[in-house]
Amino acid sequence: MDLSSISPVLLIASLMVAATPILLAAVGELVVERAGVLNLGVEGMMIVGAISGFAVAVESGSPALGFLAAAIGGAVLSALFIVLTQFALANQVASGLSLTLFGLGASALMGQSYIGIKPPPTTAIEIPFLSDLPVLGPILFSHDLVLYLSLAIVAGVWATLKYTRVGLVLRAVGENHDAAHALGYKVMRVRICAILFGGACAGLGGAYISLVRVPQWTEGMTAGAGWIALALVVFASWKAGRIIVGAYLFGGITVLQLNLQAVGVAIPVEYLTMSPYIITILVLVILSSDKSGAPGSLGRSFHASR
Amino acid sequence: MKLSRLLTGSLVALALATSGSVAADKTKVGFVYVGPVGDGGWTYEHDQGRKAVEAEFGDKVETVYVESVPEGPDAERVMTQMALEGADLIFTTSFGYMDQTINVAKKFPKVKFEHATGYKTAANVSVYSARFYEGRAVQGHIAGKMTKSNIVGYIASFPIPEVVRGINSAYLHASRVNPEVDFRVVWVYTWFDPAKEADAAKVLIEQGADVILQHTDSTAPLATAATAGNVIGFGQASDMAEYKDGPRVSSIIDAWAPYYVARTRAVMDGTWKTKNTWDGIKEGMVEIGEITNKVPADLKSEALALEASMASGAYHPFTGPINKQDGSVWLKDGEVADDGTLAGMNFYIEGLKGEVPQ
Repeated sequence: MDLSSISPVLLIASLMVAATPILLAAVGELVVERAGVLNLGVEGMMIVGAISGFAVAVESGSPALGFLAAAIGGAVLSALFIVLTQFALANQVASGLSLTLFGLGASALMGQSYIGIKPPPTTAIEIPFLSDLPVLGPILFSHDLVLYLSLAIVAGVWATLKYTRVGLVLRAVGENHDAAHALGYKVMRVRICAILFGGACAGLGGAYISLVRVPQWTEGMTAGAGWIALALVVFASWKAGRIIVGAYLFGGITVLQLNLQAVGVAIPVEYLTMSPYIITILVLVILSSDKSGAPGSLGRSFHASR
Repeated sequence: MKLSRLLTGSLVALALATSGSVAADKTKVGFVYVGPVGDGGWTYEHDQGRKAVEAEFGDKVETVYVESVPEGPDAERVMTQMALEGADLIFTTSFGYMDQTINVAKKFPKVKFEHATGYKTAANVSVYSARFYEGRAVQGHIAGKMTKSNIVGYIASFPIPEVVRGINSAYLHASRVNPEVDFRVVWVYTWFDPAKEADAAKVLIEQGADVILQHTDSTAPLATAATAGNVIGFGQASDMAEYKDGPRVSSIIDAWAPYYVARTRAVMDGTWKTKNTWDGIKEGMVEIGEITNKVPADLKSEALALEASMASGAYHPFTGPINKQDGSVWLKDGEVADDGTLAGMNFYIEGLKGEVPQ
């Protein structure tokens, strides 16, 4: 056992990469749920984003266009969810689950001709001087732009929900859609925007797996990341700040436990493998001891006539 | 109450009669896969075998498959469904389907089952596997000579005998040509999760590994190795030829097609019997993929000679002297491991660090 071969700097840098897909998907779902909609289709939107982004990046040679396409792909799939739940007033749980199944199938179909192809590399930014700093350089200043974008989105969501009128309206719609409607807010319009935003974020998260973290296309490659993002939203008690804590903790312990295994630490592997789930849940449960609950109208359909 | 029971009874009888009549003209073969057919590795090769069955028998056979079936109770549901739909032969292609296969086989004594990589048989359950450890010997030899940092990373899936055998065989042959070599084993507890496999590969590379061996199903570790640069890897279960101009220097290919065709024919002829098949390079169930030019010519010929010696049956990868990890003697000089010990192998050999998770 030689712990010195684990480099803390590389560890932190790679935990940020490992955490970004679920961070993006979770922050999108947070907005959706704060608007009172439960979309269980995160996994499906992620995988569709993964293949849309991959395909466009390969065809155009530009990862940036790929990420844009991924966001659009995720949003398009979520539009299906909008039709089902906002217009047809279908059950949100069933619609979300079917969205996941549909997304997994559709992505496998779309990806038929992309198996085994290498995507154009998503380059990390190079800031002269800053990127070369000894410790802070690799951790803070040498990632790809999407990683910074994910942090910016979380900060933006947090600030919007907390300080702006838009955020207040969104929360009102989520807490009590009848009251919000009585006050003259367009419940459906707000929810549609939130769902589209959630779809775009999930799509970005998926593309981060297929373009940066792995990088390649394989069927079913999100392998449950969407479900972890969903769980994260609940355990983070619908607060943007805690989503970051949760995602980085989960990504961090996932990478750390692999590192510990590789140096041969004498902890049974079974415990190491379950540690990301247990520790993340524990920390978030302790954090959420202030009893902040779910949005009041979460998962309920709204129609103006009722 | 009685009427409804009568009705269900007759419905079941009707269903059985119809499925029976379908089965009479066409042999129906079912496949249960642990990953998606597009994984580029393990499941992909099984699906190639399924396609070979279709190509061989044409109209006389109908194949069905269900992909990404989790190991556990859900697999039982999928198998039951296949049997109810009139499958005559069902291949269950992952170790974790073992007990489920036996359970379902009890309920459908007329349906034949074939379970890959397991060890439990029954009157209508055969098991089959390939001697992947022969391929691992070639891999280990190449890995031991190619590594410059003397650190070889090994991405392992589950601590089952098949995986442990692979680690032992690879390490044995790597340490014979390079006594300094150090194996770092990471258990990811999944057969298929590209993101996790990529993370594991990245961690191993960050810790200095310049050769990555994998016992998981996707091509993600090779993709990660390609990004890292000076790292080599091997195709696992399938040739993974798309990484030939990148990190992949050779591969272990599982050639299931001949076996699947033979067993389907046996069901058609009515000659199917319970068997325990464990074939290797000699029988053609394990193939070594093309060794690329990244490997120096003399090392390539050594590797090919090693492969040839196993193909002729002259050499067994587990030939003594080999000690267990604690230093006790496992095989004396010249002694060859018996299949029973190999099939249940749950210990590391001398020189490997860490322990097998129990």
